[in-house]
Amino acid sequence: MQELDALKQRIVEALPGLDCVIGWEPGPSPLTAAPLFMRTPADVDRLVWGPFNAPNTAVYLPAFKGRKVGVVVKGCDSRSVVELIQEKLVRREELVVFAMPCRGVADASKVAGRVGDLGQVSAAARDGATLQVTTPEGMAAMPWDEACADKCLNCQYPNALVSDHFLGDPLAPAQGRDAAADEMGRFEAMAPAERMAWWAQAMDRCIRCYACRNACPMCVCRDHCIAQTRDPHWVSQEDGVREKLMFQAIHALHLAGRCTECGECQRACPVDIPILALRRKLNRVVKDVFDYQAGVDPQAVPPLFTFQVEEAKINERGW
Amino acid sequence: MPVLAGRELRIVGFLCNWCSYGGADTAGVGRFTQPTDLRIIRVPCSGRIDPLFVVKALLGGADGVLVSGCHPRDCHYASGNFYARRRLEVLKGMLPVLGFEPGRFEYTWVSASEGQRWQQVVTRFTEQIHALGPSPARDILAPRRGLASGKGGDSARA
Ligand code: SF4
Ligand code: SF4
Ligand code: SF4
Repeated sequence: MQELDALKQRIVEALPGLDCVIGWEPGPSPLTAAPLFMRTPADVDRLVWGPFNAPNTAVYLPAFKGRKVGVVVKGCDSRSVVELIQEKLVRREELVVFAMPCRGVADASKVAGRVGDLGQVSAAARDGATLQVTTPEGMAAMPWDEACADKCLNCQYPNALVSDHFLGDPLAPAQGRDAAADEMGRFEAMAPAERMAWWAQAMDRCIRCYACRNACPMCVCRDHCIAQTRDPHWVSQEDGVREKLMFQAIHALHLAGRCTECGECQRACPVDIPILALRRKLNRVVKDVFDYQAGVDPQAVPPLFTFQVEEAKINERGW
Repeated sequence: MPVLAGRELRIVGFLCNWCSYGGADTAGVGRFTQPTDLRIIRVPCSGRIDPLFVVKALLGGADGVLVSGCHPRDCHYASGNFYARRRLEVLKGMLPVLGFEPGRFEYTWVSASEGQRWQQVVTRFTEQIHALGPSPARDILAPRRGLASGKGGDSARA
């Protein structure tokens, strides 16, 4: 792949001035990529780009604040970078952003739904509109739009929104199905108590590993997460769904107006709880009330960091 | 509670010290009759109200939560209620996804001199909550029986 070679070349050239460059290398299974921290040209050789580069590289950036680093991003990752810049959690001048147009990433859970145990997969490759997966039973082909992450079906930003080195020809926004809207529609069709029961059942599986939090590029409190304080005691050690839902509410509300819908929270969840729905709902509210989308404009102020004396779309006197 | 058992619901009110708490006090001093389901928690400013206070109350089984602060432009700290308004509006949009009927949470503004308005607000909100009835969270999210039931706070909850 010519573009990837050109990208590697640019990274090698930039390395001497950088602490490291964050990208991806092949992961433990053919369906995954793992984060790669490139410090030498030999590291750069291992860089991959393609349908398995799901992890959001931006998640590591706040930890490097104060040092100059490079980062390779997909379009959606770049939104997290923009949001981090907006919130002054990283400095634009300390970043060198490398990007290529993104054609989407696979959703391992969807693939597992089709082929079963992912541990049995020995090879996987995308061939245009299909994903070919090899298992001991032979080769299975899945239509790409049934194998890719929901967000990719109607991706509006396949080309990075910030970049210093962009290789390849920009892609047009995707025109596919809006899976998020479909999911929201299913939610809205339920009666309130039914919805609550649905959450109770889904969250019952939660093991409180907090992977959803740790994978989130905008969760930056690290060791100071209020979910773990004992004073005040926001969530107890009880194992009921109430505590688990409370944690989800904490995460979702702390991301209100900041979440870029990268989907990493849900992707990281080991028990596949559709927790993205909550974030999406909040994003929809933020869009309706403040006409705002997170991580698009580095100069913008996130809506909950500010206010207007006269709010255009809040009708608080309606009650 | 025993006298009114079965008639009262649990409503939590977060009231700012400078306006709405004063307004409720004014209503009391004026001897305006009010429903008594609401338990008031006094906070220094509506800007102090983390939307998570509301979520915590609702998940814990409150049947309704009411937030009341100073009218916009009247905040003792100049801008607390402006920030609160944005946060609470967003919260209002989120609660239904968790399965709470939209009417279980409202926020409004009552000044210290508005005893009459306080009476109306608390009456209307209480009626609204009674129309909705007890929160589904009480049953649906109740801690599982068995091991957990012996532990502390939750089983002690009346
Ligand atoms: S959402 Fe867009 S940029 Fe992100 S992985 Fe999917 S196609 Fe690529
Ligand atoms: S909450 Fe989820 S979707 Fe939103 S930024 Fe964090 S990881 Fe991404
Ligand atoms: S990643 Fe999943 S299981 Fe882990 S805490 Fe989050 S919701 Fe629960």
